[in-house]
Amino acid sequence: MTEAMLAVEDLVVRFAVKREGLFGKPGQLHAVDGVSFEIGRGRTLGLVGESGSGKSTSALAIARLIPAVSGRVHLGGIDLLGLEGEVLRDQRRRMQFIFQDPYSSLNPRLRAGAIVREPLDRLGIGTPAERTGRVDELFTEVGLRPEQQRLFPHQFSGGQRQRLGIARALASKPDLIICDEPVSALDVAVQAQILNLLARLQRDLGLTCLFISHDLGVVQHMCDDVAVMYMGRIVEHASRRRLFTSPRHPYTQALLSAVPSADPSRQRRERIMLTGDPPSPIDPAPGCRFASRCPMVEARCRAATPGFRELEAGHWAACRRIGE
Amino acid sequence: MSAPVLRVRDLRVEFDTREGVVPVIDGLSFDLAPSQALGLVGESGCGKSMTALAIMGLVPSPPGRIAEGSIEYAGEDLVTAGDQRMRDIRGNEISMIFQEPMTSLNPVYTVGEQIAEVLRTHQGLSRAAAWAHAVELIDAVRIPLPDRRAGEYPHQLSGGMRQRIMIAIALACRPKLLIADEPTTALDVTVQAQIFDLLEGLRARTGTALILITHDMGVVAEVAERVVVMYAGRKAEEGPTSALLGHPSHPYTQGLIASVPHVVDEVPREREALTEIPGIVPALAEFGKDRCLFAPRCGSADEACLRARPPEAPWGEGQGVACWHPGPAGSGSR
Repeated sequence: MTEAMLAVEDLVVRFAVKREGLFGKPGQLHAVDGVSFEIGRGRTLGLVGESGSGKSTSALAIARLIPAVSGRVHLGGIDLLGLEGEVLRDQRRRMQFIFQDPYSSLNPRLRAGAIVREPLDRLGIGTPAERTGRVDELFTEVGLRPEQQRLFPHQFSGGQRQRLGIARALASKPDLIICDEPVSALDVAVQAQILNLLARLQRDLGLTCLFISHDLGVVQHMCDDVAVMYMGRIVEHASRRRLFTSPRHPYTQALLSAVPSADPSRQRRERIMLTGDPPSPIDPAPGCRFASRCPMVEARCRAATPGFRELEAGHWAACRRIGE
Repeated sequence: MSAPVLRVRDLRVEFDTREGVVPVIDGLSFDLAPSQALGLVGESGCGKSMTALAIMGLVPSPPGRIAEGSIEYAGEDLVTAGDQRMRDIRGNEISMIFQEPMTSLNPVYTVGEQIAEVLRTHQGLSRAAAWAHAVELIDAVRIPLPDRRAGEYPHQLSGGMRQRIMIAIALACRPKLLIADEPTTALDVTVQAQIFDLLEGLRARTGTALILITHDMGVVAEVAERVVVMYAGRKAEEGPTSALLGHPSHPYTQGLIASVPHVVDEVPREREALTEIPGIVPALAEFGKDRCLFAPRCGSADEACLRARPPEAPWGEGQGVACWHPGPAGSGSR
């Protein structure tokens, strides 16, 4: 593996929640519970999992948009969690976000050109003339016409708005781009346009991406490596090919078998039907978080948290039952 | 084949807009056999949900109205049926479940009460009998501890459980037709699999026919026996699921299938670019014009496509297609 652009170690995010009843203890929602991973320079890591599994919260904590309880986030060697004030602001240009909803993530009162230019102005990158040139360049890069800079967001279609979001994220030439469900809000036919654009940018600009999605088809298409999250923890982490061809964790296996597919060869596969819903993330029980729904559960799974083991080079999973 | 439970013929739903009268559904016809599962597929704005509302007699009026055509349910035309008759049919004979289970449930009543209300209204059950039956229904949609859950409010349930409550309400009166409008879009895939499994089991047991509205070809492949692909208020293609997915003949269907990255077992080393459907869906002002509305986004379009609207013609094994140049991508004309 190439050097790590982003290294996350033991990231923990908790939210205080309302107490149960008048005399109850205030609860703790364990949103992200000891997440660790690395992304090599120029690679894309997919973070998948169901809603509430902590994908977006991890990303927000990495970008310092919400506070982490503990952990380390190294971006190109600098620990971001320790930074404050001006130093932190200076580091922000190295990391940019592409959000899910292209409707609510663009300021409706700014013209398209100003939206893309804003990070350059705020972070003080280049001279004003250079910024204008850069905005023109970015518009072309994401497949918009430079004269469309004068329009307001509502004059663009959903796909074009997401192009604006991408241009804005690229403006400061960041080292890391975090894409949080970048195509989930778009129509299927438009999704392909945006995914192809992102894939081209990944290749041409050598972007390092953290790619969050619940859509496993999209992740399989876009990512080099995949980490599967369940209830705030990573349960399996492997290369794209390993994870989709030989998943080892029972949750990953169930997740993959549940994806509906138009591919006739996949329809004959064996369905692993999970029972129940994910348990509450408020003050969770000790042990493996998946124990309550796992078809292979044993008493010891509930006793202690399973460690994250390297099964073979580059393939990790957190389950005691693997290999038994 | 037995007599269809639903027969839609030349349905035209018009809306008054600033651009004038717009046909949001334009000459739509299809049949649904008892206990059959039909998938209704297309991008947002193609008229999938409006078709469902038209069947339910819920087209918002004004500005909308059913201008032409018929919707025959068990031999009775719902278009001409009166309000009182439609109220009897809705929830009793034809039920619908919606995409967002949180906004479809009433937050200030317990879920048991909301199921029991349907039974009291439509079947005249007593309070106690309706409640007992509601608990049975909650059990039937596989929610654990049905006694306790019946007394809870929607916010106390998870998204998957809420959608199961919606299904319980929809199935309370054993409808002959269930319309599910993107029932699992807000849910996770493992829960989605449970919901489809549940619907499949109920369909096999009660013989309820199902119209599943979705944009996900994968979901269609798993659930539906027949598929209708809609584009801009018109039917683009129809056929048995395996034939339509295996040999799509309309360029739009081909695009819909090819533009989505499907999970495959044999993961290729190289990632090829996805097929794009260029452009976006037509503006409302374009609807109803006498030409192929997909032509501006179509790779095989020519003058013929702009001259007249393509009529539906039979194709392959039981498929029907409305295109001047159907067939495997980029091939001949008819």
